[in-house]
Amino acid sequence: MDVKNYIIRQISVFSENKPGRLASIAKAFQEEKINILAFSIAEADGFGVVRALVNLPDKAFQKLTSLGYNVAFTDVIAVKMKDEPGGLFEIAELLGEAGINMEYAYAYSGKEAAVLIIRVDHVNEAVTRILSKGGTLLEAKIFS
Amino acid sequence: MFWDKVKETLAPDELAKLQLKRLKKTFKSAENIEFYRKQFAEAGVRFSDIHTIDDVRKLPFTRKQDLRGGYPFGFLAVPLKKVVRIHTTSGTTGKPTVVCYTRNDLDAWAELIARNMTMVGLGEDDVFQNMVNYGMFTGGLGFHYGAEKIGMTVIPSATGNTTRQIEMIQDFGVTAIHCTPSYAMHLAEVAEERHVEFPSLKTGIFGAEPWSESMRAELEEKLGVTAYDSYGLSELFGPGVAFECNERDGLHIWHDYYLVEIINPQTGEVLGDGERGELVVTPLLKEAMPLVRYRTGDVTFRMEDGCLCGRMQKIGRITGRSDDMLVIRGINVFPSQIEHVLLSLPEVGNQFMVYIDRMNHLDEMSIEVEMNREYFHGELQDLTRIQAKVVKSLRDVLELRTSVKLVEPGSLPRFEGKAKRVIDRRGEM
Repeated sequence: MDVKNYIIRQISVFSENKPGRLASIAKAFQEEKINILAFSIAEADGFGVVRALVNLPDKAFQKLTSLGYNVAFTDVIAVKMKDEPGGLFEIAELLGEAGINMEYAYAYSGKEAAVLIIRVDHVNEAVTRILSKGGTLLEAKIFS
Repeated sequence: MFWDKVKETLAPDELAKLQLKRLKKTFKSAENIEFYRKQFAEAGVRFSDIHTIDDVRKLPFTRKQDLRGGYPFGFLAVPLKKVVRIHTTSGTTGKPTVVCYTRNDLDAWAELIARNMTMVGLGEDDVFQNMVNYGMFTGGLGFHYGAEKIGMTVIPSATGNTTRQIEMIQDFGVTAIHCTPSYAMHLAEVAEERHVEFPSLKTGIFGAEPWSESMRAELEEKLGVTAYDSYGLSELFGPGVAFECNERDGLHIWHDYYLVEIINPQTGEVLGDGERGELVVTPLLKEAMPLVRYRTGDVTFRMEDGCLCGRMQKIGRITGRSDDMLVIRGINVFPSQIEHVLLSLPEVGNQFMVYIDRMNHLDEMSIEVEMNREYFHGELQDLTRIQAKVVKSLRDVLELRTSVKLVEPGSLPRFEGKAKRVIDRRGEM
């Protein structure tokens, strides 16, 4: 198993909290025909970080940077959950037992499955531990 | 009431004689300072050129940034062992401006405060609560020693904790308070909310920031005081330089202590009575740090009419600044200080905007600064950590809490001509 296969590059965009910023980012994706697979916004005092998993991360990075956005890649992993009551509990418990400390997480429920995207401190170690506890991780290539 | 009637009501010719004597002494004393030796040499002016007080115009101006160049003790005219106290005030960039006092300086300063407080009818029957910063800011200790000198019962309550301030005013039967007008407004509002009254209060001394006649009316009504304007700056000892008498129509500036000129700030031309311009002061009794033609940056004028109280010529209440200095909650802030702090932090860019608002009668300063791309690694905590660092760095230098907003790189206005980075939305106070 190559741990790298499970590490997904999330696009993180620094954005001020003001009207029209999200529309501007979304428009950029549309223009480049970039598909958004998962998405969240974290907000602090007057500014935030827009996080997205997209099918063309490098293109997204390039486009947003050319528009003047402050963009960075962040490594995240995607844990598969059962799309039914108790699905999150099962995975959360597994992560707890595996000693995984999440910095943040967001989830989506798609065609494939319900998915929990998590950002952890030590990503390689987290992948190994989750797999060893019997968790299922989505491979990065699914997103491209 | 007079503290020193003879000095306070000197006839013009006697005053001119005294001023000339003291101006000469000040010149001599300034020659102990390398900066002035050079300045005088460049201007080609010697002691023997001073024959009348108008000869002060032959001397060069001193600007606040000159004092910065002398940090920390470059403007001392006496050995440090003769200095008994140091205060500081905001500098234009980096280091603060240092102000030193000899024993005689402190006595002279307390004497001024004594004159001012006696002038508005205060004395040993009064209980005085001094609600300003007691640290490096000159307002605390300056008023404190002057008030003690005239035998007032002094409460060095300093700033903060409005509940406790209110309690002390009530429990100690305080008759006079000193604070910034904006804090007085805050105090009045809190008291109103809590249905608290101050039957013992009769006098309010307000200074360190400009305030209007409508604010005076409001403060008098809400606090039940007669409100007096107090003017001063640390470079000229501190508060006490000029003060309102019972007429409350202009400030009596103490001409035996301060040689006053009003100039056109652009050309340096000396203006006449009634003409508005920048106040330039040559202190006549400063020992540790004599200054020559110090440009205060404050805009006022010399009033033509005499005063019913019989004291010397007044200046109008300060209406603004001839430079870009801001007064935030009584603290002087130069935009250049903010710029200096931001330039020292690699995490942020060097473009910034400053907004000043008044919320609940207190000034709030918020600063927008651009993120440096290199320091954003995709995490929200990158941003919050940098934000906290900027807030702390600004607080360390300005001694003022500000709110800082990180904005996207390239999003702030770029100025081609004169940058307008400060938006003051406070309106008239």
